[in-house]
Amino acid sequence: MDPECSQLLPALCSVLADPRQPVADDTCLEKLLDWFKTITEAGSSLLLLQENPCLLGLLCHVLKPQDLSPRVLAFSLRLAGMLAAQEDCFQYLQGELLPRLFGEAGPLGGAAWTAPSVRSGWIQGLRSLARHPSALCFLADCGAVDTIFSLQGDSSLFVASAAGQLLVHILGLSLQGAAEGHPGLQTGDWPVCAQKIVSHIEESLRSAATPQITQALNVLTTTFGHCHNPWTQVLWVRLSPLVACLLEKDPVPAAHSLVDLLLSVARSSVLSSSSCGLWETLAQTLSHLSPTQAGPLALGILKLQECPQALRAQAFAVLLQPLTCVLEATAQAPGLLDSLDGTGGASVTVDTLLPSKAACVGLLCRTLAHLELLQPLPQRPSPWPQAPLLGATVTILRLCSGLATPTSDAGGHLCAFLVGCVRVQRAALDFLGTLSQGTGPRELVTRVFAVLLEYLTSPDSSPTVLKKAFQATFRWLQSSPETPGCSDLDPHAQLFLRELLPVLPKRLCSPCWEVRDSGLEFLTQMIGHWGGQAGFRRALLASEVPELTEQLLRDPESYVRASAVAAMGQLSSQGLRVTPASPEHPGGRQKSLLAELLRILSTDSEGFPRRAVMHVFTQWLRDGHADVAGDTERFVARVLQVASQDLDWEVRAQGLELALVFLEQTLGRPSSHCPYAVTPPVAAPPSPLAQALRPLCRVQLFEFAFRALFDCDRPVAQKSCDLLLFLRAQTASYSGPQGSGSVPEVASVEAALQRWQAGDQGQPLGYLEPEVVVAVLRSMDLEGLRGVLAESSDRVEKSPQSLLQDMLATVGALGEDEADCY
Amino acid sequence: MKLYCLSGHPTLPCNVLKFKSTTIMLDCGLDMTSTLNFLPLPLVQSPRLSNLPGWSLKDGNAFLDKELKECSGHVFVDSVPEFCLPETELIDLSTVDVILISNYHCMMALPYITEHTGFTGTVYATEPTVQIGRLLMEELVNFIERVPKAQSASLWKNKDIQRLLPSPLKDAVEVSTWRRCYTMQEVNSALSKIQLVGYSQKIELFGAVQVTPLSSGYALGSSNWIIQSHYEKVSYVSGSSLLTTHPQPMDQASLKNSDVLVLTGLTQIPTANPDGMVGEFCSNLALTVRNGGNVLVPCYPSGVIYDLLECLYQYIDSAGLSNIPFYFISPVANSSLEFSQIFAEWLCHNKQTKVYLPEPPFPHAELIQTNKLKHYPSLHGDFSSDFRQPCVVFTGHPSLRFGDVVHFMELWGKSSLNTVIFTEPDFSYLEALAPYQPLAMKCIYCPIDTRLNFIQVSKLLKEVQPLHVVCPEQYTQPPPAQSHRMDLMIDCQPPAMSYRRAEVLALPFKRRYEKIEIMPELADSLVPMEIKPGISLATVSAVLHTKDNKHVLQPPPRPTQPTGGKKRKRASDDIPDCKVLKPLLSGSIPVEQFVQALEKHGFSDIKVEDTAKGHIVLLQEAETLIQIEEDSTHIICDNDEMLRVRLRDLVLKFLQKF
Repeated sequence: MDPECSQLLPALCSVLADPRQPVADDTCLEKLLDWFKTITEAGSSLLLLQENPCLLGLLCHVLKPQDLSPRVLAFSLRLAGMLAAQEDCFQYLQGELLPRLFGEAGPLGGAAWTAPSVRSGWIQGLRSLARHPSALCFLADCGAVDTIFSLQGDSSLFVASAAGQLLVHILGLSLQGAAEGHPGLQTGDWPVCAQKIVSHIEESLRSAATPQITQALNVLTTTFGHCHNPWTQVLWVRLSPLVACLLEKDPVPAAHSLVDLLLSVARSSVLSSSSCGLWETLAQTLSHLSPTQAGPLALGILKLQECPQALRAQAFAVLLQPLTCVLEATAQAPGLLDSLDGTGGASVTVDTLLPSKAACVGLLCRTLAHLELLQPLPQRPSPWPQAPLLGATVTILRLCSGLATPTSDAGGHLCAFLVGCVRVQRAALDFLGTLSQGTGPRELVTRVFAVLLEYLTSPDSSPTVLKKAFQATFRWLQSSPETPGCSDLDPHAQLFLRELLPVLPKRLCSPCWEVRDSGLEFLTQMIGHWGGQAGFRRALLASEVPELTEQLLRDPESYVRASAVAAMGQLSSQGLRVTPASPEHPGGRQKSLLAELLRILSTDSEGFPRRAVMHVFTQWLRDGHADVAGDTERFVARVLQVASQDLDWEVRAQGLELALVFLEQTLGRPSSHCPYAVTPPVAAPPSPLAQALRPLCRVQLFEFAFRALFDCDRPVAQKSCDLLLFLRAQTASYSGPQGSGSVPEVASVEAALQRWQAGDQGQPLGYLEPEVVVAVLRSMDLEGLRGVLAESSDRVEKSPQSLLQDMLATVGALGEDEADCY
Repeated sequence: MKLYCLSGHPTLPCNVLKFKSTTIMLDCGLDMTSTLNFLPLPLVQSPRLSNLPGWSLKDGNAFLDKELKECSGHVFVDSVPEFCLPETELIDLSTVDVILISNYHCMMALPYITEHTGFTGTVYATEPTVQIGRLLMEELVNFIERVPKAQSASLWKNKDIQRLLPSPLKDAVEVSTWRRCYTMQEVNSALSKIQLVGYSQKIELFGAVQVTPLSSGYALGSSNWIIQSHYEKVSYVSGSSLLTTHPQPMDQASLKNSDVLVLTGLTQIPTANPDGMVGEFCSNLALTVRNGGNVLVPCYPSGVIYDLLECLYQYIDSAGLSNIPFYFISPVANSSLEFSQIFAEWLCHNKQTKVYLPEPPFPHAELIQTNKLKHYPSLHGDFSSDFRQPCVVFTGHPSLRFGDVVHFMELWGKSSLNTVIFTEPDFSYLEALAPYQPLAMKCIYCPIDTRLNFIQVSKLLKEVQPLHVVCPEQYTQPPPAQSHRMDLMIDCQPPAMSYRRAEVLALPFKRRYEKIEIMPELADSLVPMEIKPGISLATVSAVLHTKDNKHVLQPPPRPTQPTGGKKRKRASDDIPDCKVLKPLLSGSIPVEQFVQALEKHGFSDIKVEDTAKGHIVLLQEAETLIQIEEDSTHIICDNDEMLRVRLRDLVLKFLQKF
């Protein structure tokens, strides 16, 4: 501890011990504890106590009967526990203080115990303290374990959960020494403390009260989740019959906790390898739980790395049950049903599985979400029933939109439940998108595209559903095979596209901005992916989409403008922007897009469109876009000039990105370019450095970068620092005459930069000679600056000294703030 | 209680309720779908329409070719359009006491009823309903009268001939009752019989029932009605909406505890969500106009058009349509736009608050001010000089059979750049378009019907919990085209009772109580006696006076005191004197104690027999029988009055007297 803090500590302790003083808030006390934790972790706690007797004083003081705040009491308990974590310090405190703090005589029986924070502090104190064998004896002596048992059912959830975790910790600690060396040791030979906990768990598992069973299951879940020692296997062997007994009850009590426990056991490396009857229990559980409860268990089983094939098949069948139901109710082709219901288990009817609207919607959404999680995993069931899943998902989507015409009563009910249900639509579309990773029979893929088109066309699709439909559509188009040879979309997708493109203009004209926005996002993705393909280009150019997109640059909603900017950037890059020399445009020339985007960059009131413009410009520069390549320097200079004045830091940061691209192109980066790629026209061959730097000077890149270096937003400054460091590395080989830049000029630039750093950025630097730039770069401590910037901005405020001062200041103990604040 | 169903159209109802000696007509909607069988009435001579070939029978017989014309495979009647009236034969309409109107669309048959059936009652409606209803009627009369048609076809209506005609003429029902449009004079006379009412106002009908209009949230001034007596409540729900549009929100709470709820006027397009449709409307409008095409919106002069104009007000700037003119053409366009702004108290809360700012409640005022929306009574006159294309035209009639819309259909139908967007759900758009075929212009169908859908109905019924629901038969099964959609029907317990045109329903509930008032002086004279804790009884002797369906107990006239004078007797003195009243008895006789009492009084040889209704106490010696039942006691003895009186007094000891 540094001396300043040591000096402040006694005052703070006396403030904390004084019940008349207002107590600092919880956050301060938490920070204080964090600080003590770092100190005790780094050094001796005993020494800390001896050097700062005030701490011991505080701990003794809180024991006196007085009206002390529960916060301070809880703090003291936690602090004592933290200090006693080291065995020597524990011994030092054990004589009187610890039993009085944590034993019967302490707060345990007093009025303060009614405060949850005190109970929580008591548990956390013991949690920190229980690190060594002596602590175990202490716990046994002061009867703490019984108290912890009772706290498991505490009214405060935090206390109850912490109590459970503490039990797990104590169990682990007590077995650490005892059972580690003897993996064969049976529970009968375990230490007393461990036996006591195990008996308590057994008792709870036998109880008829669900909350007690839940507590026991939660303790076990945490145990098996955190500890993978051989003794856990012994524990499971002893307790698994009791757990299995729970399954015989109807309904199964604490089903969620039971699922968690079984999955935790199954994931444990110690247990799953030897099985211990676990697989049988899992199979039994799967068949006993209701479909809603069994879903998470089935998913958990299927995610296991190793698991018997039969169990996986059973779990998968459980997971698929709701979808099987849907297919059955809508009387799908029997072929689909067979493969979904392959286990031959008793098929469940719609009435039992999907009895009410709420249950039906909930279960279907969960099932679809589970399957979506499962689909990309390597251990997903194989063979993956791609076709039936596609069939079921398409059917659900058709039921939701009222398109399906079920013939059975069950189907009718299902239809009535699902029609217009946005939740299911979203879940199904998400899953449908995921399914695009696999293939399917031609006929089914046709149905997928048909249902997607229906959703994209339907006026009833809500904006969120529409967005998901666009996403799923893109994924399916992406996965549709390309025609061999001509790298174009396959005829199937082309046909779909032909029907889709007339829909898009309507969506771009929607009165709902979310729809316009997702339409534009979809368009941008499409152009990015297929912009070079003839079939797509023809279809797009024949539609009104490009023209409408351009109009949306002036949309009243900023998100839409931003998306329109991105889409126009793509259209223009791919040469898909329409420039008709029609009679309506007598001039024959439309306003250039570059000018329009510059207008947005300099005048748009919202940040999103301006950021989007910067992204487009950066991309254009990178790709050597025709509008840019003509006069790159002028373009870069103009953009940097506008960006430097932007109030949005992301725009300025993106400006640096653009500067970096220009820099790389100008200086010529040791490129890893594909030899066949089109070489950016400005990528000049390596030339004498001064000459190479000249374009950078002309576009005033340095002025921009230096300004950014002292930006009030740290990310901008960091980026600029990196850019300048990169530049300095590039110019390291520059061996021009040292004195070539006139010294006074360098000095004046440095002086200006110092003023900028101080906050006065009014004066521009003007044109700089390359030599001056190199000299300035070399003279600057960029590494130091980077170090400073890397530290978080609240590093000063976070120091312990500052914390102590703040806490004292709030109670006026520093005596400094006598003056009126006004 | 009976319900006479005079209309088969679920959204244009006309029912008569007989309840507690009153006869109440609920709405009188006019089914105008009959006009779809007629040729359009062009405002300007249309060579295409006038040159349509006459229709002849399969055997070549052309005697109907003057009456029927053929167009693209469809046959139309070339005559003044006619409307299908509500049933007039099912019940004598001159006995109808009152007509309750729920909204302006449901009063279009009013002149036929009030002017031609001997109706002498009163019509109740809210002010906006009457004013806008008048506009709709005025527009209708104007549309039809300004294109006089010399010919009136009637030959085809002959049943034998109708059988030979192609569909849909062949299947048209009740053609003999179809009537031509009424005149403005009849409209004025009918409207003069209307008495204006406000929401929640209680109107007494002959003292028998009370009727109250409640806001229904569908249109300006639209109402549901509560018809109640002291012990019965009937709710009439017709054309209600739970969406937030311009009218005051629907009052649901007052519908609770109804014995019968008559439910009509649900959405006609249950599968279309109005929000989605408005989106569709805007997008299609923008796409057409951007491509240089014109948009035609056939509509009524009031109602959804206000909401559409409001949507467009917010939309046109964002869609870059600020320079596109919007035209609203109707003989009543001006009145409609102005009326909407003055009925502030009938508007939703948001719009009401605007009035205090003060701002016009509807933004179409600003559209008019900025010249973006222009309105004209007709396409003749100013319109032709202001007309600029591309543009958007709102005009009537949605059936496309009369009104200025006919002209625009003829004018714009040939170009595929133009679009007609149907927003009114009352007419099948395909049938409406039939006489304009072949048609190049694009047709978009986005019906906007804000009335209750089946999900909302099911929630409403759960909340208000009526004992019985009565509705048109169309609502008790899924629509024919979507027979699998079990969600598109009313699902309630007990199942809804359904009705169809020309059917009489006996409503399944019986009246059991009447309320009777007691005059204060009579009440003062009562001496209640507590017979059980909390229950007191008193005997009342009074005269029951019944007038105007109100029942009052008045004190009985005092017995005339002989005055000794020679005054002439007054008529009231003729009432016979009341007899001296015997006290009334109450209580029950405990048999065991009664037997003990008998023994105490010297009776012996007593036998008790249990019977189904009570007991028989047999005094064998005295040859006497005492029959004790729940509500009577009989002493049967042979001519021994003394014994009877003794026994009677013994019995009376166990009973309370008052």
